[in-house]
Amino acid sequence: MNAANDARQAVTPATEAPILQLTDIWQRFGGLVANAEVTFDVPRGQILGLIGPNGAGKSTLFGIIAGARAPVQGRVVFEGRDVTRLDAPARCALGIARTYQVPRSFDSMSVLDNVMVGSFTRHARAAAAREAALEVLEFTGIIGRAAAPAGDLTPPEKRRLEVARALATEPRLLLLDEVMTGLTPSEARKGVELIRRIRDRGITVIMVEHVMEIVMPLVDRAIVLNLGRVLSQGAPRDVVRDPAVVAAYLGDRHRAA
Amino acid sequence: MTDAAIAVPAGDAPASGALQAHAAQRRRQLLTGAVVLALLAAVPLLVGDAYLRNILILTLMYAALAQAWNILGGYCGQISLGHALYFGAGAYTTSVLFVNFGVLPWFGMVAGAVLAAVLALLLGWLCFRLKGHYFAIATLVIAEIGLLLVHNWDYVGAAMGIQWPLGPDSWATLQFARDKAPYFYFVLGLFALTWLITFWVEGSRWGYWWRAVKDNPEASESLGVTVFRSKMAAAALSASLTAIAGGFYAAFVAYIDPDSVMHFRFSLLMVLPVVLGGIGTLWGPLLGAVILIPLTEAIRSYMGGSGTGTDLIVYGALVMGVAVLKPEGLIGLFGGLRRKAGAA
Amino acid sequence: MNAQAIAQVLASGVLMGLMYALIAVGLSLIFGLMDVVNFAHGEFLMMGMYLTFGLAVGLHLDPLIGMPLVGAVLFMAGVLVYLLIVRHAMRAKANVGMVQIFSTFGLGTLMQGLAQYFFTPDYRQISNSWLANKTVEIGGVFLPQPQIAGAVVSLLAFGGLYLLMSRTDFGRALEATREDQGAVALVGIDRNRVFALGWGLGLAMVGVAGAMLANFYYIHPQVGGAFSGIAYVVVALGGFGSVFGALVGGVVVGLIEAMTTLVLPASLKTVGVYALYLLVVLLRPSGLFGRL
Repeated sequence: MNAANDARQAVTPATEAPILQLTDIWQRFGGLVANAEVTFDVPRGQILGLIGPNGAGKSTLFGIIAGARAPVQGRVVFEGRDVTRLDAPARCALGIARTYQVPRSFDSMSVLDNVMVGSFTRHARAAAAREAALEVLEFTGIIGRAAAPAGDLTPPEKRRLEVARALATEPRLLLLDEVMTGLTPSEARKGVELIRRIRDRGITVIMVEHVMEIVMPLVDRAIVLNLGRVLSQGAPRDVVRDPAVVAAYLGDRHRAA
Repeated sequence: MTDAAIAVPAGDAPASGALQAHAAQRRRQLLTGAVVLALLAAVPLLVGDAYLRNILILTLMYAALAQAWNILGGYCGQISLGHALYFGAGAYTTSVLFVNFGVLPWFGMVAGAVLAAVLALLLGWLCFRLKGHYFAIATLVIAEIGLLLVHNWDYVGAAMGIQWPLGPDSWATLQFARDKAPYFYFVLGLFALTWLITFWVEGSRWGYWWRAVKDNPEASESLGVTVFRSKMAAAALSASLTAIAGGFYAAFVAYIDPDSVMHFRFSLLMVLPVVLGGIGTLWGPLLGAVILIPLTEAIRSYMGGSGTGTDLIVYGALVMGVAVLKPEGLIGLFGGLRRKAGAA
Repeated sequence: MNAQAIAQVLASGVLMGLMYALIAVGLSLIFGLMDVVNFAHGEFLMMGMYLTFGLAVGLHLDPLIGMPLVGAVLFMAGVLVYLLIVRHAMRAKANVGMVQIFSTFGLGTLMQGLAQYFFTPDYRQISNSWLANKTVEIGGVFLPQPQIAGAVVSLLAFGGLYLLMSRTDFGRALEATREDQGAVALVGIDRNRVFALGWGLGLAMVGVAGAMLANFYYIHPQVGGAFSGIAYVVVALGGFGSVFGALVGGVVVGLIEAMTTLVLPASLKTVGVYALYLLVVLLRPSGLFGRL
């Protein structure tokens, strides 16, 4: 636990309480250890990049933060409140929202209706929920597709819909799961712009990403996972030069080759 | 007639345009509803034949039942193949209260609705953890249990059933011996109630969350939808409306027994109109009932009755055909026409 | 109630249970393979029974002889059902779950109607088969030969299934497709072919069950409904997708049903089975050997 405290003190500014604190998170699936001793803080208002080679445990950790699955050990504290045992809807009510790597749109509903499912979490009445949803659609740039059935969207549009839906729940912490993967450079640029605008609204963002060239210029801080553990954390340019990180990625590339 | 399709011009349509279009569509739906209701209300004035009136009454009853089933099955996506359980609960509660305690059917129906809601919540608590077809199977089995229990329960008449005592015509006891028109208006009112509830649901948070649960329960949880509670609410609402129709049926036919109100046949007849007309749509259940019930009667009268199995052949072929060829139901044909006409 | 009477009841319970197992295994097989519940399963049992009846009355073939034929016909029927109906149903884009449920549901209703149309609702019986009305006595317990034959055939069928699944290429392909539908194409397994043959195999099982059942049970258009309820319970208990589970589940259900008759009137014998079902749903939804 001392190591955990040290890790925490190293990065949190003394002034403001972090929006999210993970302490000693362990996750196991049968005999497989997916996450081990994961401890870090997320300061409010930052864009945090969660990176690492394949199989590092990023998505699993994501699920733990989002409430999809409780960890076998450890605590998740959101805005000072222990949410480790809370399920996804409860966390959403508190202000944690997420997207999915493979967009899970509600295909029997229109784009607007999809987003309204999210905005209904904050507005009980349909008229208010609809207005809020339209505002989010405008913010994310897909207002023109409001009437289209969600299933008809192109893949980049579906990604935006995922983000829009999550934003409609008015989160204070937004978890983005590989939203940049597979985008063309111009789409990726627009995506980066959108994430910056989200951060400018005061929402803290944690992004899981593979595409380093896009992520590193965008994030304020990066946390590198490898084999389920935190390998390194800090400013992007420091992290990429960390020899341990380089070894992990190179090793991964060697293995893949 | 897509549920929430909004006519927003492509490109940079302002949000207010979308809002206006939606409000206009809702108004149109309500207007259509009023027109249809008025037309239906005029029917007894045009049709005097007792036999035909009977068919119309049954058609509207099944339309109401289909609409009620649609709430849980069409919107929330939980396929119940045992809704006859709630129909029977309503029929039996109303009958027992009236015959044994003199409670007027109006109150009996409410009591039946409450009982059905409780049953639905119990069943839901037990079975909503099951996914998809497992849930459907469970509803089937539980309905069978209900049928079996009632068959052997002497207090409610076991296999002999309950006979309503003959009495003078009265709205209080819902007994009309000769002119059945009042029954028509009652069941029209019941259908209107179920339609209005569906209309309201479509525009409310419940409706949106139910459809989200149907499409992707896990994603909806991440958006704050309490899936279990949503399913329970849909189940309770659907069951209570079904039970009210059951109570009506008991008053209408004045004699019930287990096979006449709890048999699987009823579960089937509540589901078929919805599948045929359009699962999860506002007008699908009525469309399906209007096609299916008179068809059933025609088969029964002109093709030698249900003993020949022709009714089952027709149902089976229709359901299979619709499921495989046009899963969105026949209402989809109308949607296409409307789009071509430049409307909605 | 003396020990012998109880032994009698339990023995018939086991025999009937083995029949239930055979009736249910096709359901479990198809489900385990492709996540589709065949809501027309009972009607295929009925089809097997009527076919056996037809062969017995028309061609004077004893059910024991007719059984392999019936199995073969039902096998082909299974392949056709998959190719013509289920395959299309699985391609649906919206309301996928409902389409799957209602396509087989509609088929079952249609089959029931056809049976009623062509054969009338009358109850029929094969009265002069080889084993009819013969019993075997073991230690004071009398067991009807048709039921024993049914139980034996069931055990043989399960044995054959086990060999098929574990020793043959097809069996391995079946298992592989069960594990990961998407990946099998990569190793050259034609999914459609496996599914079609899986349906054929599943329905062949229920066809054989129908043939053996026709030896001692009434044949009528609604007979499917009576047994499908039990089949669902067997599969729920044993676990969807588990062949061994169907065997165990069937025997357990048969025993429970028989034991229920010791304490409740015969008309309520299914209550015990249904209570068991509710318990399984409550305590172990995935069944004994299945994966939910």
